[in-house]
Amino acid sequence: MTAPGTFDEPLLELAPCGFATVAYDGPILQINETLLSWTGYSREEVVGLKSFADLVTRAARAYGQTHLRPMLLTAGSVREIALTMVCADGSRLPILLNARLDRDADGHPSVISIAVFDASERRQYEEELLRAKQEAEASEERSRQLARTLQSTLIPSRPPAVPGLQIAAGYRPSGDGEEVGGDFYDVFQIGPGDWVVVLGDVCGKGVDAAVITALVRYSVRAATVDHRSPAAALGVVNRILLEHGTDRFCTLVLLRLQARDGGWDVVSCSAGHPLPVVVRAGAAPEPTGTLGTLLGVLDDPPLTDDTLRLGFGDRLMLYTDGILEARRDGELFGELRLLDALDRHGRGDVAVAVDALLAATMAFQGERADDDIALVVLGPPAD
Amino acid sequence: MDLVQRHAVTRTGRLGAPAMVLGPGFGCDQDMWRHVAPAFESDHEVVRFDHVGSGQSDVSAYDPEHYDDLQAYADDIVLLSRELGLRDIVLVGHSVAAMMAVLAQRAAPDLFAALVLVGPSACYVDDLETGYVGGFDERDVEELLELLGSNYLGWSRSMAPVIMGNADRPELGQELTDSFCRTDPDVARQFARLTFTSDNRADLPHVSAPTLVLQCTDDTIAPLSAGRYVHDAIPDSTWVHLDAVGHLPHLSSPDETIAAIRSFLDARA
Repeated sequence: MTAPGTFDEPLLELAPCGFATVAYDGPILQINETLLSWTGYSREEVVGLKSFADLVTRAARAYGQTHLRPMLLTAGSVREIALTMVCADGSRLPILLNARLDRDADGHPSVISIAVFDASERRQYEEELLRAKQEAEASEERSRQLARTLQSTLIPSRPPAVPGLQIAAGYRPSGDGEEVGGDFYDVFQIGPGDWVVVLGDVCGKGVDAAVITALVRYSVRAATVDHRSPAAALGVVNRILLEHGTDRFCTLVLLRLQARDGGWDVVSCSAGHPLPVVVRAGAAPEPTGTLGTLLGVLDDPPLTDDTLRLGFGDRLMLYTDGILEARRDGELFGELRLLDALDRHGRGDVAVAVDALLAATMAFQGERADDDIALVVLGPPAD
Repeated sequence: MDLVQRHAVTRTGRLGAPAMVLGPGFGCDQDMWRHVAPAFESDHEVVRFDHVGSGQSDVSAYDPEHYDDLQAYADDIVLLSRELGLRDIVLVGHSVAAMMAVLAQRAAPDLFAALVLVGPSACYVDDLETGYVGGFDERDVEELLELLGSNYLGWSRSMAPVIMGNADRPELGQELTDSFCRTDPDVARQFARLTFTSDNRADLPHVSAPTLVLQCTDDTIAPLSAGRYVHDAIPDSTWVHLDAVGHLPHLSSPDETIAAIRSFLDARA
């Protein structure tokens, strides 16, 4: 005759996993020697007195009521549930649990059979995996932060204040904005009433492209100090790019602005970049200048200086090809739509113009840009 | 966005009759009401729904910043009730949805004529300062969140075939499989954290509708002390202690649950 609460089969008593039977909504009916030895309870203090829920953490109890019980009632069994038992001495035992609910002849739930596996090592392994995952996530976040910091050095959040010139800039990164794009712009002063505006696009994305973007940006700053002619300055930038040995090329527009009689004399040079668009009162917006050759490819790229006068109310817009190439169902935004948008929004306040142009481009492509978009609108105050 | 689709609303019973809105609780979806809902369809318009992020709801509508307090879920219930043009609503909330019901009634007292709170707890974590016993301490909450995380794959991979293969209980069907398996683990985690860290004790005295508190036996989620607290703090509250064991009386003892709600409604009529 076996003691109450034991299994008849010696195999079940000493099996290398824990067994128990539990009355539905009631106490433990049977528990095997293995599970008792793992948890440190004696059979007398458990059988008929404690429920299985009394042997697990409160969290596991809550989980059991909200998740396991409904699954047992509906599906009849649960498998490989990770829980934690609380041993007699208060220590904790991670387990995996399988359970089956049996019903009586009337279909009412009667007995739950439970098999328990010691999962201490598995749990440790999982915790290590979890830690590795958390570290990977943290590292990803650091790299995103780095990308944002880098981006902000290439795309200033707003241009500096230039006396006698309204100037506004806008930027939209491609996709979710987590990768550093190749677009950049810069506005800086050479002397009194003597300013440089540059906007460009280095091919590619990511940190490698950002290194070249930074190189171009600072080379432009250095070259424009020695060379008043934008074409000459860009010749220097071209040589620096070739000497660097990168296979990345760059397109950009460089403006040299000289204040005179309340307006500005502008010398512009485009190195393979979409031409600046000038907007004058009473006239349709039109591209201005000569399309030169991109930088970083040819030893002696053809580059041309063009001159232009910006009087009261005139506007000049520089942009990257992310605007022209904004897509909707395979159709491009294109120059015609850009000129039309400028005609309607490009004549008043420069900041309003930038916002309107960005909004028009983003709306066209469903608010998600395939490519970076950068643009600058500038001009003398209207009055 | 269509609220009916967003919340996967199920409307049964007598359209235009006084309404009964059934709010599912923690870890559950509207399917948990399947035994209770039919009992009220003869004299109520019965509305079942899923919270955004769980069950058959439109998960794409889940914005973690928006759904960062229970008020957001309560507001959904108010919006949904208005959208459906419901009247004289008996709002039934199970588990955490009980506190959503309290918040919804506080926000829109004219909309909700009565509350039924099934296994309610206004605060799951013990409060040592006031001696309040919610049944959990902070370690328990963290362990529970961990447990939900480590068992997620278990649900989605192992349970689906088990349920699907249950040929003798076809009524379980695809819906139940989906409701358990489709909840996004990040959503489930945030909802669990929200559930177990909310403290709505201060909202209870503002409930202006007659309220039925249904307390289960041996409910580890919402122990007797938590239920009593809710009952004592709501001005017009009726207390019923069910024989049903556990936290899901509407699933395990639907008849007793139905009878308790029915006699509460009859007493008010």
